[in-house]
Amino acid sequence: MPGLNTTSTADISFMLLIFFLVTTSMDTDMGLARRLPKPPDPDQEDATMDIKSRNILYVRINAAGQLWIKDEMNSGYGELGELRARVKEFVKNEQNLSKLPEKHVKNIDLLGQCFVTDKHVVSLQTDRGTPYNMYFQVQNELVAAYNELRNEVSKQKFGREYQYLKDEEKKAIREYYPQNISEAEPKKYGGDQ
Amino acid sequence: MPEMNTSSLPDLIFTILFFFMMVTTMREVTLKVKFTIPAGTELEKLEKKSVVSFIYVGPPTDNLRAQMGSSTRIQLNDRFAEAKEVMDFVAAERQGMTNQAEQIISIKADQHTQMGYITDIKEVLRKSWALRINYSATKRN
Repeated sequence: MPGLNTTSTADISFMLLIFFLVTTSMDTDMGLARRLPKPPDPDQEDATMDIKSRNILYVRINAAGQLWIKDEMNSGYGELGELRARVKEFVKNEQNLSKLPEKHVKNIDLLGQCFVTDKHVVSLQTDRGTPYNMYFQVQNELVAAYNELRNEVSKQKFGREYQYLKDEEKKAIREYYPQNISEAEPKKYGGDQ
Repeated sequence: MPEMNTSSLPDLIFTILFFFMMVTTMREVTLKVKFTIPAGTELEKLEKKSVVSFIYVGPPTDNLRAQMGSSTRIQLNDRFAEAKEVMDFVAAERQGMTNQAEQIISIKADQHTQMGYITDIKEVLRKSWALRINYSATKRN
């Protein structure tokens, strides 16, 4: 009796393997990636940095999900739709206004001498009652604002969008527009401002 | 009678092995909370599944509501937990990882959750040095 022809078994197993590879990678989870600040150092007393008020953009979300935006230019309740433009204007400070973040010359690899606002801080504060969805949408808008700014400068300097850049080019752009989003301890705030 | 041809046995074994590798990374916990995750535009894919751990936040499912009530709960692995237990969870998850510095915690939270719960979790995550987090969401245009 001749042996069973098994030459195609390898093919069959490979097909099974490929089948499982394809089906398992199909449900890719997506999400908004963020990085938390390092835990506070217990040795250090109170590490409140002195930040000039022109360098801070406050974004607060109250328990009702309302947005309150404040920088030195203006302050007041705002809509989610205008947040992106406000953040971009703030971080960019195109006309070097004295009420928006200070600009100074910085030497960045690949980009040379740049006039950047890397001391700016976007301070995001929430209430314990803030709906998670509102918080998420605000985070989404903040990231979107930074992504748009980075795309602008990367198109201008390298002629491509940020996501297509090489790693060292990405690093240079990140130095140009660092994401300085600070999330302080949420607090209850009522009348005092 | 000639011997049975076993030259393809390795292939079969490998297939079974791969199958189990896939199944174990796919392992989904039985959800005890229900949630609708928010929708966003600036999302990134979670590429390396092996470094991702999930924290579920939301109200208990309908059949558990009688025992657990309807207020927001946190689920770690297969059970309900308190925010402070996240620290042990993170450490346990980290144990099995080869590249521990890349650990990502993905938070799958219901849209209507109050931020207090999320903030508590984030504080604990900070203390346990799990700094890379991901707010799970669906894509919208």
